Amino acid sequence: MNLLDASLLAWSRAQFAMTAMYHWLFVPLTLGLGLIMCIMESLYVKTGNEAWKKATQFWMTLFGVNFAIGVATGIILEFEFGTNWSNYSWFVGDIFGAPLAIEAILAFFMEATFISVMFFGWKKVSKGFHLTSTWLTVLGATISALWILVANAWMQFPVGMDFNPDTVRNEMIDFWSILLSPVAINKFFHTVISSWVLGSLFVIGVSAWYILKKREVDFALKSMKVGAIVGLVATLLTAYTGDGSAYNVSQRQPMKLAAMEGLYNGKTNMGLVVFGILNSEKKSYKDSINPYIFKIEIPSMLSLLANRDINSFVPGIKDILNGGYKTLDGTVTMSFDEKHTRGKAAIQSLADYQKAVAAKDTTAAKNQKASLKQNYAQFGYGYIDKAEKMIPNLPTVFYSFHIMVMLGFYFILLFGLVLYFSSKKLIEKANWLLWISLLSIPLGYVASQLGWVVAEVGRQPWAIQDVLPLNAAISNISSYSVIITFFLFLTLFSALLIAEIRIMLKQIKKGPSES
Amino acid sequence: MITYSFLQHYWWFLISLLGGILAFLLFIQGGQTLLFSLSKTEDEKRLLVNALGRKWEFTFTTLVTFGGAFFASFPLFYSTSFGGAYWVWMAILFCFIIQAVSYEFQTKPGNTYGAKTYRSFLFVNGLLGTFLIGVAIATFFTGSDFIVNKGNITSQLAPVISSWGNEWHGLDALFTVRNLTLGIAVFFLSRSLAVLFFVNRLNHTVLEARSRKYLWYNAIPFVVFFLVFVIWTLFSDGFAVNPVTGVVSMEKYKYFTNFIEMPIVLVLFLLGVVAVLAGVIGTWISPKFKIGIWFAGVGTIVTVCSLLMTAGYNNTAYYPATPNLQSSLTIFNSSSSFFTLNAMSIVSLFIPVVLVYIFIAWRSMEKNRIDIDDVNNDEHAY
Repeated sequence: MNLLDASLLAWSRAQFAMTAMYHWLFVPLTLGLGLIMCIMESLYVKTGNEAWKKATQFWMTLFGVNFAIGVATGIILEFEFGTNWSNYSWFVGDIFGAPLAIEAILAFFMEATFISVMFFGWKKVSKGFHLTSTWLTVLGATISALWILVANAWMQFPVGMDFNPDTVRNEMIDFWSILLSPVAINKFFHTVISSWVLGSLFVIGVSAWYILKKREVDFALKSMKVGAIVGLVATLLTAYTGDGSAYNVSQRQPMKLAAMEGLYNGKTNMGLVVFGILNSEKKSYKDSINPYIFKIEIPSMLSLLANRDINSFVPGIKDILNGGYKTLDGTVTMSFDEKHTRGKAAIQSLADYQKAVAAKDTTAAKNQKASLKQNYAQFGYGYIDKAEKMIPNLPTVFYSFHIMVMLGFYFILLFGLVLYFSSKKLIEKANWLLWISLLSIPLGYVASQLGWVVAEVGRQPWAIQDVLPLNAAISNISSYSVIITFFLFLTLFSALLIAEIRIMLKQIKKGPSES
Repeated sequence: MITYSFLQHYWWFLISLLGGILAFLLFIQGGQTLLFSLSKTEDEKRLLVNALGRKWEFTFTTLVTFGGAFFASFPLFYSTSFGGAYWVWMAILFCFIIQAVSYEFQTKPGNTYGAKTYRSFLFVNGLLGTFLIGVAIATFFTGSDFIVNKGNITSQLAPVISSWGNEWHGLDALFTVRNLTLGIAVFFLSRSLAVLFFVNRLNHTVLEARSRKYLWYNAIPFVVFFLVFVIWTLFSDGFAVNPVTGVVSMEKYKYFTNFIEMPIVLVLFLLGVVAVLAGVIGTWISPKFKIGIWFAGVGTIVTVCSLLMTAGYNNTAYYPATPNLQSSLTIFNSSSSFFTLNAMSIVSLFIPVVLVYIFIAWRSMEKNRIDIDDVNNDEHAY
């Protein structure tokens, strides 16, 4: 077969990243606004207050517009694993396909069924049935998130599988360890709850606009209060689950943690960089140039957060590539060169195993299988020829992580202030806070996108951690095909985004009374 | 005792069933192609859009489930077909992307491109979506140009195991006339089902009468093209698999033989065809007959399901590779492991639960037939 086009990998990555980022513009608002909508409708059913019904219906209209484009941008992602990452789809499809199918059976049909009742059933079904449908629609969306996040978590921390040399793929051996992996559980809560933050920012921001315009004030005050309560609780929980995420990263993806903090050289009592500016003069992990121009650090904090031990050693990029340091369980790590050698040996053993099976040489097959098993943990390293390729784009990961964390703390402050001013009935007069609330809506999107940038760019070059790098996961198509579809998607999604934003703005301008 | 072979057959049955349900639900797409012809006034157009708009997500979701189920149960098909027939699948996906926003956006102020653009999107989705899905399914019987070599994984420079044999990447299916006949048949089937749906659901005398008239224009070409495809397929060579060696070879009248050797599948196929015809003919004959969609819908599900079963059962390669026959995919060489199929089979037990809540929700929403007043009085109407 022909060698794969060098630019194919770059364009395939770009297309997946672009379509995923577009999709993720809409999903968090669906999850966050959905929860707030459910709370408001529950208040309506409980109190019988029509104002809550009006509020629910207004947010539901915006939910509907956002949901539609979320569905439109979502369908491509499920199929892109096959179209652009076909080798990946075979190599781990036995494990990865199941969550996607379960997502469709258990979640998508729930959404598709009850969203119709939610939108069109106000006059056709009882209050209770309608409320149940609203909750089930949002629950369906959340269950959908669960399964795709389980799948993503598995790529970051592959568990519950075994490589079968006869079928040349990884096969599932433990469903529950995949579903209940600590990475999966943490990722689900962190992602979903952070989506509630974005939904809350949206609600308080839009409500602030109404108060500033002195329109729909009663509705806006009600919405603001619900938004601030949900937002504050969600932001605190996001911070908590974020700590869990970082801990998982430190234990399972140390290179990602090193990139997040810009660490080249590890040490004990490692400080946490709260703010830093990277030195662009640093070109290689081998040179001795200081990686930072400037940094503010909390002493020993990274050791504490990463290993729950203030005196523990946190490795830097150099340590990870050179190996030789001890992990928490006492294992001495291998260098990249050793892993690469073992990976190549594993690949060679697989080739020899296939030859032995074809030649019906059972003894040789047995030996090669044993050799493959011995080195399989480093299988993916066999496809990576240089240590430098193990380092993700450091500035992207570093700045994304730090901006995301800073925004998280800013949101806690913002929701706290909005809640305080709302409860003291001072919010109508606090124009500065209303403006800040309004202008903070885009920041929610920035934080949410950056979270995914950290998670995904930070694990490069892996499609599946240690098992399959991206260059071995790709489809054999021409880069021209991917370039064309990249621009087609970019054009179409951008055009739809423009329409979506304009519709949203018009609906907001109309307000709940006219909607 | 649940064996690996049983699970592989069970999952091929579920895939076939999903294919059948998808074919039925394509009535949404068929209805979308009728937006500009069946309706003459804006009210009529809105009525059609709103009747279809309360159901479109089911077709969409079934398509996604079809892809997800294939990924989970037959991942080698998923990787080979989607990664190889890139352009045909991308074209299908584009058709469905533009559909997903078109109902919600079309009457909303600020939608930027105007209602006509979104309705044109629906038309394109209906026209190309049905046709291309038909063409893609036909390749299960006619074959595609791809190679699978699992040994490639050990090549460090190009470790891709599935490759397409030509630069058309799936569009080559359009050069096979038999594929086109099924594509056209699916297109007309979706329109026939759509008019039967309108007859059943719309409380609008003019549209109902027009729908009955349109049934002629669509059911007759559907029957003709469907028969051409079926007869052509039954009397063509098929892709047989030696159950012992796994070697794939061409066999005369393979699909006809499959029907004869699997009489239950044959009976199902015939019953399905009869039910479709009963739905269509009943609607023609009697102006009071409004449940043609149920006959034709169930008939479509059963017919397509049994047709797909003949493609995968009885030692047949369901995704044949031409000219590299030995790369062909069978339910045995392309399936997930026993463990995964077993785990997924447990999940599949939830399907009846899904069907029950769909039934309850639909029944509560569909007590009365929809008329223009319903649309005008609904705050969320499209």
